[in-house]
Amino acid sequence: MNINAAGMHFKELNEQIKTAGREIVVDNCMGQRYIGSGLAGKSIVINGTPGNALGAYLDGSTILVHGNAQDATGDTMNDGAIYIAGSSGDATGYAMRGGKIFVNGDVGYRAGIHMKEYKEKSPVLVIGGAAGSFLGEYQAGGTIIVLGLEHTKPVGNFCGMGMHGGRIYLRCSVPPKGLPRQITVEKASEEDMETIETYVKEFCEIFGRRECMIMNSDFYVLRPDSKNPYRQLYTQN
Amino acid sequence: MMQPREGQVRIPSGCAISGMFSRNGKRVDGNSIIRSISMMHDRSNGLGGGFAGYGIYPEYKDYYAFHIFYDNKAAKLACEEFLEEHFDIINLSKIPTRKHPRITDEPLIWRYFVTPLHTKLKESQLDEKEFVVRSVIKINTQLHGAYVFSSGKNMGVFKAVGFPEDVGEFYRLEEYHGYCWTAHGRYPTNTPGWWGGAHPFAMLDNSIVHNGEISSYDANRRYIEMFGYKCTLLTDTEVITYMIDYLGRRQGLSHEEIANVIAAPFWSTIEQMPPEKRAKFTYLRNAFSSLLITGPFSILLGFEGGMMALNDRLKLRSMVAAEKDDMVYVASEECAIRVIEPEPDRIWAPSGGEPVIVTLNETGQAESAKESA
Repeated sequence: MNINAAGMHFKELNEQIKTAGREIVVDNCMGQRYIGSGLAGKSIVINGTPGNALGAYLDGSTILVHGNAQDATGDTMNDGAIYIAGSSGDATGYAMRGGKIFVNGDVGYRAGIHMKEYKEKSPVLVIGGAAGSFLGEYQAGGTIIVLGLEHTKPVGNFCGMGMHGGRIYLRCSVPPKGLPRQITVEKASEEDMETIETYVKEFCEIFGRRECMIMNSDFYVLRPDSKNPYRQLYTQN
Repeated sequence: MMQPREGQVRIPSGCAISGMFSRNGKRVDGNSIIRSISMMHDRSNGLGGGFAGYGIYPEYKDYYAFHIFYDNKAAKLACEEFLEEHFDIINLSKIPTRKHPRITDEPLIWRYFVTPLHTKLKESQLDEKEFVVRSVIKINTQLHGAYVFSSGKNMGVFKAVGFPEDVGEFYRLEEYHGYCWTAHGRYPTNTPGWWGGAHPFAMLDNSIVHNGEISSYDANRRYIEMFGYKCTLLTDTEVITYMIDYLGRRQGLSHEEIANVIAAPFWSTIEQMPPEKRAKFTYLRNAFSSLLITGPFSILLGFEGGMMALNDRLKLRSMVAAEKDDMVYVASEECAIRVIEPEPDRIWAPSGGEPVIVTLNETGQAESAKESA
């Protein structure tokens, strides 16, 4: 079903998406918020610029955006997949607890902050371009991959601040400077590379990129350093 | 009971900002900026909206355009007496408005094109701009019921309590043509929302629209009040306006340097800079430490011949910029740009603390020097 979103308020658009069938195409999207929030079992294609909190609390649906997304894409999403053919704004994948987000271009500040995992639930955020500062701040679980394509640096400042779980993979020949003391930086192991390859494959299939042009680089992995936890950082404990 | 005002109550924001600028000095009417800001309707709550237009008064470009709110006729009489005593009033009129169902309780809204009286200016031993600033502050703090909300040359602020698109219609902005427009949709979080408290805030040709909630308000206020400014409204935008006036007009800092002071990088970031840059940033942070703004903000500063967009150093508020030919757009959300420019040549998210500064090019400067279009 096609929905022409031109001039439509987000409330109306989201009601139409809810009552429509499984396959939905939204045309002329222009800043409508909360698209697909909490939805399971749908496939939504968006042409245009969806508004903030796209796919918030997403629960199993698939969203494909032909364009850029704004802020807080996939906020607290639980399951499903979001594919952004352009770039995505600040706080992309904020507090994700499951599912996957693939961004072809860049993401803004604070992508993947507070991501978490529990048992079989482990979220994945793949960024084709570069990430702004505070990538993976307070990350508690899940996987972030930054490919840094067409960029000299994959991340901004304060990457992995307060990180205490999960992993961040960065495609770069030298790891970024100024990482917090509480995380370790290593070259990706064979096991890590398998994980990376799985998601790079999916990334290339969706966005029509060539895998060999991506896997031709070194990858580094950031993990919290369990030997150097955050003791006495804020209080005497 | 009278509605409480800014300055009387502090209630412990989401807001929306948008701006557009023609480097060639092409003057466009207010319709585009209204369409842009109205895309972000849900970011504001109807308690304030406003616009600033630059290049809108070419026929009076050498005179200060005072836009004034009056509570009543007595305030108007008192204020006009003050103006006549200190300024040569070239022209005065009501600012044209249209009746609007969602804009109510409007004050008396008047416009004066003025120039300081030669004798008064000489007597004051101040430069012209300082004379104007002191006069505006005097009216706003001492003449009860009168409030000058715009005081620059060839520019004007239009603001009210209401949603921004309604405010734009109310002020008939389609009748004005400017090379730069900024707009604000307000969601007041700390103060009750009064006409004077809507954005933009302006002093001389500087105008500010702001989305955020600065945590350094009191530190900044205490410092800036040492230099003759009076922060009467308890809103952070007012203090930012004065800080920029002080740093630019009185300290002679460039707009980039102003950005480096108010959104200074962390010391840890400065340490990583090459020596010369590090020395400059260290100097600016030390010299103007009380003018560092902390907490979330995204602002658009309009000034004569230019516009600056700036985010706080942590980029705690959203901001997107775009270019198309000679046009530059900045807004809280990409949709607010796409609705007026569907196919920009370039669209990007400026980093926190990194200003985007645009100014008129040679064509634009020649254009704005013309008497009228």
